[in-house]
Amino acid sequence: MLVSTKWLSKYVNINGIAPADLAERITRAGIEVDSIINRSQGMTNVVVGHVKECVKHPEADKLNICQVDVGEETTQIICGAPNVAQGQKVIVARPGAVLPGGVKIKKAKLRGEESNGMICSLQELGIEGKLVPKAYAEGIYVLPKDALPGEDALPLLGLDDTVLEFDLTPNRSDALSMLGVAYEVGAILSQGIALPDINYDQASEKAEDLLKLRVEATHDNPMYVAKVVKNVTISESPLWLQNYLMAAGVRPHNNVVDITNFVLMEYGQPLHAFDYDRLETGEIVVRHAEEGEKIVTLDDAERTLRSHNLVITNGKEPVALAGVMGGANSEVHDGTTTVVIESAYFAPASVRQTSKEVGLRSDASARFEKGVDPNRVQEAAERAAQLIAELAGGAVLAGSVVFDELEKTPERIVISPDYINSRLGMKISMDEMMTILKRLQIPTDAVNGQLVIDAPTRRQDLKIKEDIIEEIARMHGYDEIPKTLPVTESVPGGLTPYQAKRRVVRDFLEGAGLYQAITYSLTSKEQSQAFALETAETTDLLMPMSEERSTLRQSLIPHLLEALTYNVARRMDSVALYETGSVFLGMEEDGLPKEVEHLAVAMTGQWVDHAWQGESKNVDFFVLKGIVEGLMNRLGFSDRLTFEKAAIAGMHPGRTADILLDGNRVGLIGQLHPSEMKKRDLKETYVMEINLADVLKAETAELIYKPVPRFPSMTRDIALVVSKETTAGKLEHIIRDAGGKLLKDVKLFDLYEGKNVEEGKKSIAFSLTYFDPERTLTDEEVVKAHDKVLTALTTQADAQLRG
Amino acid sequence: MEQQLQQLKEEALKKIQDASDVKELNDVRVAYLGKKGPITDLLKGMGKLPAEERPKMGALVNVVRETVTEALESRMTLLEEAAIQAQLENESIDVTLPGRPAPAGNHHPLTRVVEEIEDFFISMGYEIAEGPEVEKDYYNFEALNLPKGHPARDMQDSFYISEDILLRTHTSPVQARTMEAKKGEAIKIICPGKVYRRDNDDATHSHQFTQIEGLVVGENIRMSDLKGTLDLFAKKMFGADREIRLRPSFFPFTEPSVEMDISCFKCGGAGCNVCKKTGWIEILGAGMVHPNVLKMAGYDPSVVTGFAFGMGPERIAMLKYGVEDIRHFYTNDIRFISQFNRTEA
Repeated sequence: MLVSTKWLSKYVNINGIAPADLAERITRAGIEVDSIINRSQGMTNVVVGHVKECVKHPEADKLNICQVDVGEETTQIICGAPNVAQGQKVIVARPGAVLPGGVKIKKAKLRGEESNGMICSLQELGIEGKLVPKAYAEGIYVLPKDALPGEDALPLLGLDDTVLEFDLTPNRSDALSMLGVAYEVGAILSQGIALPDINYDQASEKAEDLLKLRVEATHDNPMYVAKVVKNVTISESPLWLQNYLMAAGVRPHNNVVDITNFVLMEYGQPLHAFDYDRLETGEIVVRHAEEGEKIVTLDDAERTLRSHNLVITNGKEPVALAGVMGGANSEVHDGTTTVVIESAYFAPASVRQTSKEVGLRSDASARFEKGVDPNRVQEAAERAAQLIAELAGGAVLAGSVVFDELEKTPERIVISPDYINSRLGMKISMDEMMTILKRLQIPTDAVNGQLVIDAPTRRQDLKIKEDIIEEIARMHGYDEIPKTLPVTESVPGGLTPYQAKRRVVRDFLEGAGLYQAITYSLTSKEQSQAFALETAETTDLLMPMSEERSTLRQSLIPHLLEALTYNVARRMDSVALYETGSVFLGMEEDGLPKEVEHLAVAMTGQWVDHAWQGESKNVDFFVLKGIVEGLMNRLGFSDRLTFEKAAIAGMHPGRTADILLDGNRVGLIGQLHPSEMKKRDLKETYVMEINLADVLKAETAELIYKPVPRFPSMTRDIALVVSKETTAGKLEHIIRDAGGKLLKDVKLFDLYEGKNVEEGKKSIAFSLTYFDPERTLTDEEVVKAHDKVLTALTTQADAQLRG
Repeated sequence: MEQQLQQLKEEALKKIQDASDVKELNDVRVAYLGKKGPITDLLKGMGKLPAEERPKMGALVNVVRETVTEALESRMTLLEEAAIQAQLENESIDVTLPGRPAPAGNHHPLTRVVEEIEDFFISMGYEIAEGPEVEKDYYNFEALNLPKGHPARDMQDSFYISEDILLRTHTSPVQARTMEAKKGEAIKIICPGKVYRRDNDDATHSHQFTQIEGLVVGENIRMSDLKGTLDLFAKKMFGADREIRLRPSFFPFTEPSVEMDISCFKCGGAGCNVCKKTGWIEILGAGMVHPNVLKMAGYDPSVVTGFAFGMGPERIAMLKYGVEDIRHFYTNDIRFISQFNRTEA
């Protein structure tokens, strides 16, 4: 909503208040002023000129040499506009003038002819092209005949004005009208407002003699008022009217259309003007459209209607899409003599639906959608009739043609001052509350210590007690509310164990050198199931904005890989990222997808980079595995974790494993398949993903201290030669099984293949630690346990002991 | 013999003096004081002396031995010190060479902001509530006083999965779910999470972003409680000398509704680019829980009241750290994320 302060001052006294101050006060009271637009934009030296003479430039076809009376002198100005002509009153920027955009006007010679200034278009004065009346859109603007040469043109054009741009919240549709704004500003300034004085002469002929009205769709159109004005002369509107409309962001057309738009802006009540003769039938019927019925709207677009769209018809065919846009067939035009003014209440939901369906949002539909004031429907029609009589010379026929089943009773709200104060935490007196409500012109009675309020229908947002609390609070000032803290039954607060552990996961991974990434949940359908830990239906958007963001992800890995590629492409060769976030799997019974929190890691490039000491190591499987093991240890799963070689699409078949917790698969880890790396422009890359929710919810043993060893442990090393296929995991398992309860720790410390080891075999060495918490072990006991281990390795893994 | 002894002493002392390292000195020790050395020989030869001379000679030999031993020890100390000195010089390093980097990842800046907010409210006795990112229309809109066809739904253009399921447009459905689950009990929660809106990604819009909301419900919760809570929050988050101001606003799920500005933390209110010369920065939206919302969740609004507030960690991070483009948060450029690895003042 654009609010011209010049226009506003017709209704409320804002003299002496700087626009910036006014804007600030309006903002603090609840309507945010987005910007303050100074329409003069610092222009000076722009005056009215009278074109005394206008001849073609001898040297240039498109230029005219004009002798222009600018008050103090008659001076020569060269003008290139196609519509300049002798006798016109025009806008002249004199030498020294500065126009919007910093254009400086100087004396100049154009093709040998002197030019002392410029004859201006409205665009050159900073008015948007789409607001300039069509007749002047391609040339200079022509002022009314009575403009005086030399007179300052800015006030004449209403450019000595400041416009406040409101950013209205949906509840404050009352401020979609100048009168609504006047009520608000009046309340803020503790002033009354001046409503338009409506009176005009009526013709003896009655409107209902000319026009019949039938409303069939009474639910969607509970009130319809039509007035008929005869003998109108369609012409350009007076300058003041055009100025107001342009200030409000509306393009002037002709007097009748401009008047309907003026009243729309003034009252917030959309009006429509029909050419009575073009209606042909002398009848208006409001009904729902036939399915597939067509109408050509004012913007010359043909629209196909559905049976719930409300239309105004002439009894035969639609002449307007109710509340949204008029039809081309009944439009007021230059030859129109009899006008039908429509003022109606169309149900918000109906207008909203129709406007959405046909993709048309107009000033009218925006107001109907939010509900116009039922008590202004008639008044707005009267106001338009008055102005048409004044400005288009029409004779207003007596009375109106009316259908009215609209409820107009104000909402009654009864509320006690105590209630208000207890909700606000304040002590505002009842008198002051009454004063505030009076300033807002909300009729209020004090009855038995209660406020009995009849909320005016212009304020559609006042329905319940809390709405009144807000009115009191915002007018009293939020700065006055004290600062207290809530007193509630004390709950302990804090993180749940799950949330606390999630933080531990983050801290651990970051301590290990990984950076936290946050990627998008929406991905392409094609990529959505890649690397998923389980197979499930995808969750797709009904109307995606792009193919790339059309489906919810089932794995975090694809987007982490995209982040890797992004970094690598910018020469950040070593990247290690992790992310925690939801994946979306299939559909649960309640219709929502199964949402599971996952953790994923992706890393590439160097892991250790300490080049000057000759240390450098690329990321490999075991770097990532070490991180996973470390994390799981931190979470208390040290001996419950296993890794099993696995084949997973997109992963290196020899370097990928399932991660198992207590034997159940909770994740995957491994190297990205070379073809996948190539596709993504990545070098050797490792990824892992686990079902974090499962892991964080798994029960862990209580943390109970074990006594610090008082007796020494004994260590024995074994070096074995085994078949290449025998896994370290299997050997360790055999050792642990055979070692009995004295064996406390097994550590792999050497692995070798090649020279001196038989083809197809490998040499592998473990260090075993034996320990008894109760006493010092004897050599014999250790030898006995160790022999069992050696025997088991020989028999179960076909291992040869190395010397 | 006495003369012989004297000569021996002189000789030994010279050799001790001449020894240039520990090993040489040890050789001298062995040569003179060892079992096969001349002094031992002399002692062994004592038996041949007349008995009356023995004590005198014995004392003399001992004096010589002690003198030599003392000289040896002091020379030894000296040489050892020199050896250590030499070793230290040899071991000297260039301390300006770079150290071995310790592994150091860090939080994403949004997590950093979210955790800071969470921790403040946890200290005030709040719990953290979480909920699904794919929501029912009911929890996302209807239970929040936004029935189908409500004009305010236009404020939040949504991604629908089906007619009744959508990606949540705010974290408020978590509030609705929590109220429903608490069945009339008092509530103090913070709800952080990802939300989604139909926006084209540009410098100030992102189809996915983060929200963090708070909700307090109980008997006699007043608007002054909201103001006091937000004031403490602003001071904790943006500096002890921050002032707040509330401006009336509109949200369908609160009434009255307000927006909260804080005095600009860059210029202190004088006016600068961060606050667009106004001295104030808009930080969050808040209000008293709308009675319809309470009613729908099974609370009696005549007895129980509440307040709610919500803010965008992206906006807060952008303001705090001067980030100019919201897309930085989702590009995961390591050169961006790694800047948030240090503590603040």
